[in-house]
Amino acid sequence: MSQMKLEAKGLDLFFGAKHVLKKVSIRIPDKQVTALIGPSGCGKSTLLRCFNRMHDLNPMAKLKGDVLFEGQDIHLSKAAELRQKVGMVFQKPNPFPQSIFDNVAYGLRLSQKLTKSELEYKVKAALSQAHLIDELPDLKASAMELSGGQQQRLCIARAVAVSPSVLLMDEPCSALDPISTRKVEELVLQLKSDYCVVIVTHNMQQAKRVSDLTAFMYMGELIEFSETRQLFDKASHELTRNYLEGSFG
Amino acid sequence: MMNRNWYSNLGFGSLYLSTFLVVGFIAVILWDLIYKGAPSWNWTFFSEGPQEGMTKGGIFPVIVGTFYVTLISTIASLPLGIGTAIYLQEYAPDNLLTRLIRSSIRNLAGVPSVIFGLFGLVLFVQHMQMGTSLLASGLTLGLLTLPTVVASTEEALRNVPQSYREGALALGATQWEVIWHQVLPAASSGIWTGAMLAISRAAGETAPILFTGVTFYQRFLPQSLFHEFMAMPYHIFILSTQHHAIEIVTPIAYGTALLLLVQILILQMIAFYLRYKQTSTRR
Ligand SMILES: Nc1ncnc2c1ncn2[C@@H]1O[C@H](COP(=O)(O)OP(=O)(O)OP(=O)(O)O)[C@@H](O)[C@H]1O
Ligand SMILES: [Mg+2]
Repeated sequence: MSQMKLEAKGLDLFFGAKHVLKKVSIRIPDKQVTALIGPSGCGKSTLLRCFNRMHDLNPMAKLKGDVLFEGQDIHLSKAAELRQKVGMVFQKPNPFPQSIFDNVAYGLRLSQKLTKSELEYKVKAALSQAHLIDELPDLKASAMELSGGQQQRLCIARAVAVSPSVLLMDEPCSALDPISTRKVEELVLQLKSDYCVVIVTHNMQQAKRVSDLTAFMYMGELIEFSETRQLFDKASHELTRNYLEGSFG
Repeated sequence: MMNRNWYSNLGFGSLYLSTFLVVGFIAVILWDLIYKGAPSWNWTFFSEGPQEGMTKGGIFPVIVGTFYVTLISTIASLPLGIGTAIYLQEYAPDNLLTRLIRSSIRNLAGVPSVIFGLFGLVLFVQHMQMGTSLLASGLTLGLLTLPTVVASTEEALRNVPQSYREGALALGATQWEVIWHQVLPAASSGIWTGAMLAISRAAGETAPILFTGVTFYQRFLPQSLFHEFMAMPYHIFILSTQHHAIEIVTPIAYGTALLLLVQILILQMIAFYLRYKQTSTRR
């Protein structure tokens, strides 16, 4: 059995008394795009945030079961080290109120001792990977002045700059117009040659366009997980079919 | 219908009137201070000590004393207050204990300053044997302003969007790095606003220093932390009520009062500017 990049085994998650993830088991392979779909509130973001230990911040969150990264229990290593390898892009673009350059350089400065020119090189490489460099004449300008779509691509650049091996994306396009959405999707398709990408989306077309595998969640349970084409064409579960019909109709 | 209009006019009328009264009072006070205080402002006033039983000369040691005591109180209260606020806001779990701590700190802000004075006298002057001194007064003022610093810092930290924290964490920052690199810079103008208010409060307080170290006259500047000192608020009080030749020293009292007011006004303007800058950079 080939080793999976990310894996959850019988994962339960509670927010206080609220049972949000119920016995979720999923195996996510490397160098593929995996989409998480399902109705609002079913636990997609919650599952995604388990993989980089974002719930550590929340004292209400209680986790049971195993989460593995490259076969290792993620709770055995330091959270900060894990998060350098498992990057995340959030639903709403959240650049730091600093210059464009400093935004991308932040993660690099944390983890690596680089000379000024190395840093500059890596920042520019990340920005061009995010197809952003041509739109930005001045990297010293404030990131807050960029458009929403540019900000989101900046956040992607910021995440890929530290060369993680997994990229978790929580509805990265929900605040974007169609053109920016298209750019982000192209980016995702390119990234998959180097990364394991997990993307939460409400947009079924987007799931079809970018993902290789799709997981359907419902009320905290993982109902079905298979190749995207198969899931969309002949889902084996009634719930999945109903959901897909509902969202297409 | 008539009635409603009439009432609403009456309502607005009384609002205008009360606003007018408040502004009027402030204007009168300001005018009085400037009118009576400004003429005594000259080079000697700022550069020399009181002479001939305080009827001549200036208030240099008074300015220096206020500067020192405010500085000590700032050094004592800012790091402690900011640190407490960071702990409460960023680290401490939200439970009964931390809520209790929070509300006691808030209540502390309402304790009359004379009680802080008494407390400073017992704790610093007597128990810790600092004597009546700059240090004891500075620390007492520091305690007095601590609640303000904690509350305003907490508020500033709360206003930092959670998404900054998550963004930094997701890039592999530790919690400490998140606070140091992202949260504090984003909160800094709010923190400084609170600090300015705290400093201006410390500079103007009389009761706490009266118990703990201020003196009405001293021939030399304080040479160490354990010396007594002169200070503007107390100097004003002495000159206007306790002096044998009140008529003669009144202009000096007013000049001192004007200086104190100008200093506080400048601090408040800095605070105002910082707050303005903060709201205009965050969309
Ligand atoms: N911090 C929290 N504290 C308590 N309950 C939470 C918290 N975060 C999420 N929940 C609850 O957990 C459930 C799953 O939320 P989650 O955000 O994972 O849903 P989602 O599938 O991402 O939904 P959406 O598509 O709307 O983003 C919801 O019922 C939500 O109310
Ligand atoms: Mg979500």
